[in-house]
Amino acid sequence: MIKEILQSIKGVEIYPIISLIIFFLFFIVIGIWLLRMDKNQIIKMKRIPLNNHNNNNLTPGEIHEKNN
Amino acid sequence: MELERFSYDNKIVRNFAFATLLWGIVGMVVGLLIALQLFTPELNFSIPFLTFGRIRPLHTNAVIFAFVGNAIFMGVYYSLPRLLKTEMCSKLLSNIHFWGWQLIIVSAAITLPLGITTSKEYAELEWPIDIAITLVWVVFGINMIGTIIKRRESHIYVAIWFYIATWVTVAVLHIVNSFEIPVTFLKSYSLYAGVQDALVQWWYGHNAVAFFLTTPYLGLMYYYLPKAANRPVYSYRLSILHFWTLIFLYIWAGPHHLLYSALPDWAQSLGTVFSVMLIAPSWGGMVNGLLTLRGAWDRVRQDPVLKFMVVAITAYGMATFEGPTLSLKNVNAIAHFTDWVIAHVHVGALGWNGFLTFGILYWLVPKLWKTDLYSKKMANVHFWIGFLGIVFYALPMWFSGITQALMWKQFNEFGTLQYPNFLETVLQIVPMYIIRAFGGTLYVIGFILMMYNLIKTMKKGSFVSEEVSEAPALHNFKDQFRKGNRHRWLEGKPIYFTIASLFVILIGGIVEFVPTFLIKSNIPTIASVKPYTPLELQGRDIYIREACNSCHSQLVRPFRSETERYGEYSKAGEYVYDHPFLWGSKRTGPDLHRIGGKYPNSWHYLHMENPRSMSPGSLMPPYPWLLENDLNTSTTAAKISALRKIGVPYPEGYEQVANAELVKQADQIALDLQKNGIPAEPQKEIIALIAYLQRLGTDIKSNNKLSGR
Repeated sequence: MIKEILQSIKGVEIYPIISLIIFFLFFIVIGIWLLRMDKNQIIKMKRIPLNNHNNNNLTPGEIHEKNN
Repeated sequence: MELERFSYDNKIVRNFAFATLLWGIVGMVVGLLIALQLFTPELNFSIPFLTFGRIRPLHTNAVIFAFVGNAIFMGVYYSLPRLLKTEMCSKLLSNIHFWGWQLIIVSAAITLPLGITTSKEYAELEWPIDIAITLVWVVFGINMIGTIIKRRESHIYVAIWFYIATWVTVAVLHIVNSFEIPVTFLKSYSLYAGVQDALVQWWYGHNAVAFFLTTPYLGLMYYYLPKAANRPVYSYRLSILHFWTLIFLYIWAGPHHLLYSALPDWAQSLGTVFSVMLIAPSWGGMVNGLLTLRGAWDRVRQDPVLKFMVVAITAYGMATFEGPTLSLKNVNAIAHFTDWVIAHVHVGALGWNGFLTFGILYWLVPKLWKTDLYSKKMANVHFWIGFLGIVFYALPMWFSGITQALMWKQFNEFGTLQYPNFLETVLQIVPMYIIRAFGGTLYVIGFILMMYNLIKTMKKGSFVSEEVSEAPALHNFKDQFRKGNRHRWLEGKPIYFTIASLFVILIGGIVEFVPTFLIKSNIPTIASVKPYTPLELQGRDIYIREACNSCHSQLVRPFRSETERYGEYSKAGEYVYDHPFLWGSKRTGPDLHRIGGKYPNSWHYLHMENPRSMSPGSLMPPYPWLLENDLNTSTTAAKISALRKIGVPYPEGYEQVANAELVKQADQIALDLQKNGIPAEPQKEIIALIAYLQRLGTDIKSNNKLSGR
């Protein structure tokens, strides 16, 4: 029964294929973006969480570790 | 360059941390209680408010939205301003967010035990609370995007993209799934019915896992793991790739919760295909997390923070491998409706969410109180106790799930079911339930140890409520925009970034929904399927109030083992008047879709009074209050009118005569009970529930006694 209903919707079989194509194109576009990214920029970006402008938030243990 | 001074608000982080600890222990203790009830039903103490059906949603909501929710906000309110080198956009909004969220949690903790529920899993809260959630969520969004706009860091770090995607997707999910028509102040009906309601619900349910339990935690991982390990994330490129592919793919996978159901086949297949594809981006995140620790594994041995994080990331990897496995149709045929799914979600919840939260708390609390952790040794003990807790939880649940499923499907040499009595398959797995409760106890003990350790740490240190910092102002980030670096441009514009994320997640949803909603206009309704009578409707609402669907499904799958046990498999057309759908997701008890007419009224009456009198050894709790409470019929007219508005074909003016019809049908049932020696009164709730149960799944039977209605 369900199959008959689905067959009555025009072009339903193309749905999964369209989905896959959309995803594939999306993946390729992101891939191209990534390959064209500047390496130095990436290094800068990934260090953002570690950029401490002060040592205000170090715990005593960490200060001790740092000094040794 | 001139430096600007500003300060980070640690108070809001502290508040969310306290809330995380408080709701964490509440949610886990309730979880432990329901685990114990599964083999000792007396532990509901014959109190409706403590009965499994009502407090199971309390457990899930408390753990997901209260424990994990507060942990997300704690993590975001600490990391977001620091990654952007600015204070939060508005302290007022931060506080409204905090108190609003706690108020929502308290209202959930009150309404759910009272049986005020929509019955849709992880979206049980009724419509006024739904509106409050929307408002608080918008406040959070404004505060977050406002902070991003006034930042002093040109680049938006990967953790923040995960926060943005979380915000935008949860907003969409919550709104779409909460379309409901209010009947009274605390009662509503889902706008969708049957198959469509199921599809919307599991599109929501699956993505609530994705965008409330996964993406925000990946964001937290990308901040706190590098901080704790003191080294940058392994691959930034990988983080971008897995971010976009993850949010793109996740949204398609919802239908894998509905395999072999009455949902159209192509939608089921789509769900499976995308679920399998999801392994790639999920493992991208896991690999990126684990490889961040390359060269630092010696520290993992000593540092409890890193230990917790490593196990969390590994549990994430395991759960995201298991998920796609479970979405394969042949595996799902066994796993669905069993404890295997419970094992799967708890590897994610206890391992990934729990352990990452613990790692962050052990790292963050000493920072906020400017001291060292009170006891590293105790944290290590917590780690091992918690880890054993997960093992003792997951292993018996895997074992019990597979055992029970195989027993359900076992035929003997005569071609009949080997275990025709459902109860036999339940009693077989009781030992597993006991071991699981032991695992849960270990996990809770670990949590209590952590609370003690953290409180001691707080007492030892002194809280820094404002942390002063300085950074140069961000003048113009256009000059940093270079050709061939479009992603950087996108990151520079938080609003565009949000819209892009929204667009990406909407594609999957639209492809799934459009055809399914089109089917509605094409579906030939089964002529004999009629709307519920007023009494049955009231009975159905009692079924919802007691959350019978926590343990009983209403979906017979098209397997011989199920049609032998329950009867004809379920058809899409049978649910067209089910607002909301009540398919359930777990069979702690048997399926009820074909229960109508199977037993006499007196059986149901005695069974609800004390299930063990009819099924010796049953694990179902007794429901004596249904025999005592009078049915509230003041809502009947409002319910009929509300349902007519959303497409149930009750004739105009029917609400006027509905209660008279209700009394007529109740009298018949009471009379039948009295004939069988049960002194039942027609105005009691049990009568309505019996009417509903006797109606279930009978519409398509050919010589249907009730079809004359």
